[in-house]
Amino acid sequence: MMISKMLLGAASVAMVAGLAQAESHMADTSGKRIALSNNYAGNSWRQAMLQTWEEVGGQAVADGVLAAADAYTTSENQATEQAAQIQNMILQGYDAIVMNAASPTALNGAVKEACDAGVTVVSFDGIVTEPCAWRIAVDFAAMGREEVDYLATRLPDGGNLLEIRGLAGVFVDDEISKGIHEGVAEHDQFEIVGSVHGDWAQDVAQKAVAGVLPSLPEIVGVVTQGGDGYGAAQAFKAAGRPTPLIVLGNRQDELQWWAEQRAANNYETLSLSIAPGVASLALWVAQQVLAGNEVPKDLTVPFLKITQDTLDESLASTPEGSVANVTYTLGDAKQVIADAQ
Amino acid sequence: MSFLARHRIILPVVSLAVLLAATFYMQPRAMSYFGLNLLFNLAVPIALATIAQMMIIMVNDIDLSLGAFVSLVACVTATFLHDTPMLGLLILMALILAYAALGALIHTLDLPAIVVTLGMSFVWGGLALFILPSPGGASPDWLRSLMTVKPPFAPMAVVASIIIAVVTHLLIMRSGIGTVLRGVGGNARSVERAGWSVIRLKALAYGLAGLFGVLAGMALVGLTTAADANIALRYTLLSIAGVILGGGEFIGGKVSPTGAVIGALTLTLAASFLSFMRLSPDWQIGAQGAILILVLTARLIFRQKGAEA
Repeated sequence: MMISKMLLGAASVAMVAGLAQAESHMADTSGKRIALSNNYAGNSWRQAMLQTWEEVGGQAVADGVLAAADAYTTSENQATEQAAQIQNMILQGYDAIVMNAASPTALNGAVKEACDAGVTVVSFDGIVTEPCAWRIAVDFAAMGREEVDYLATRLPDGGNLLEIRGLAGVFVDDEISKGIHEGVAEHDQFEIVGSVHGDWAQDVAQKAVAGVLPSLPEIVGVVTQGGDGYGAAQAFKAAGRPTPLIVLGNRQDELQWWAEQRAANNYETLSLSIAPGVASLALWVAQQVLAGNEVPKDLTVPFLKITQDTLDESLASTPEGSVANVTYTLGDAKQVIADAQ
Repeated sequence: MSFLARHRIILPVVSLAVLLAATFYMQPRAMSYFGLNLLFNLAVPIALATIAQMMIIMVNDIDLSLGAFVSLVACVTATFLHDTPMLGLLILMALILAYAALGALIHTLDLPAIVVTLGMSFVWGGLALFILPSPGGASPDWLRSLMTVKPPFAPMAVVASIIIAVVTHLLIMRSGIGTVLRGVGGNARSVERAGWSVIRLKALAYGLAGLFGVLAGMALVGLTTAADANIALRYTLLSIAGVILGGGEFIGGKVSPTGAVIGALTLTLAASFLSFMRLSPDWQIGAQGAILILVLTARLIFRQKGAEA
């Protein structure tokens, strides 16, 4: 066991030595270990995220770029548990922690401890506000605005909108909702007549929408946060009401439903969300920081948009029960870093 | 009675020691001042919450709102106590009084505590969301420095745990009022016949729970530097498990403050241990339950042996 490990280590060192000669501009990170701290795995988006991490991280380890890229998920989605998890990672001696945070602020204490211990911390999707950490953020407010902008192009006369929100108290929910309300303020032909929490899950969204529908006037559009569009569509169908224009969130079931509706009655909409592959981007950013490269603390990643034209292609590449995805490469990471500089 | 049955504290101590030894074996880095603090500092608010839960269990009730209550306190601490300390202090005191009033209400109307506290958890949760709709706030500086203080010889987490255990031990096990409070759980009627007002005692027990709940929320914010409305929801179950793991019983006023603190440390350590073991998260929660069952089984076996002897 011990000997085989040593041999393996020696082999990878030799391999990396070769690589390092080939790419002399890249500082050696072959001895560095990166951990992924994830707070939740209970939906298709997170599953795809973990899968991407495993693929890209595994490849990076196999190529000798990194010594380890381990993923940890807390058993419950709680900031206190994730804080403990991060403290454990410090103890385990990881060089960098890549994290999707349960709370932008409640983990700051643990993140600061990591920084003080010399650990690089890169947060993505659910970012942390602690200044010593890197942030790969999505402009969620812009995502909300874009939804309303799109509705304005499709429905110039305006009308009543139903808003489906995410999980109460989570900042992503606040940001997207803020963007939606800004968009509605800009396009004053729209009015939000109802707002429910769908918790980013189809079944919850369906129940919530079904509960509120009888009290609502005619709805022309539904603005969503992703993971809730299919449930909303089912609720409208069950209530016997005409299907409004529902903005979708890249989930496979949503895309599938869209394709069916398109075939049946030429339904047209827009789907947008953050790609779970952003985990791979965070991995490469952490690697770049470990390699000693200058990386700005705040980076932005574009969201993944699916239109009527790209629907077939996206649907084909998205496994059932999953979510449309892109995997980022080291080159992409360098591009994002360069854009921010 | 056997030795073990008489000294119910032995089993929690042994469980913690075994787990600690296993953790040190797996992760030698933890065996240091710095490591111990990292391992245990988040156990401090859990220990305080466990003591709060113990106060309620001591009078034969159970509190299902504790996690939401600690979250609310965390939100108040990160907002009002930081911006306007006087107002913040007043709110926290009002919260403690509310807990005491709840205890009196539960006793007067003879309501099941499990239902009332479950209902209250939504009230606390709603208030927390009202105060802090999105995560944020900041820890008061004095609180942050208190929670990150580096005492000589032993790290903050260990020192704090010992202080909590000693203070609550003196209060509950040694003082006169503590004995009466435990008596309420053991036999409320005889306590009443002895001339005590059970309603006041219950209010006192709930008030103490409120006090320790408030301390737990404040300690948590001191560690995390900020709050959100869902920050401590897990504390409800953790605190109940901590009390039981520490040798407490659901009925009869049989509790152990020292055991409760050790129970909280054991639970925290169990989570870290499983994480060091690289166990898949799908299994972790089950494994945590398995550890709990293991300790409780051991307790049952020892008690039966004690009864035979």
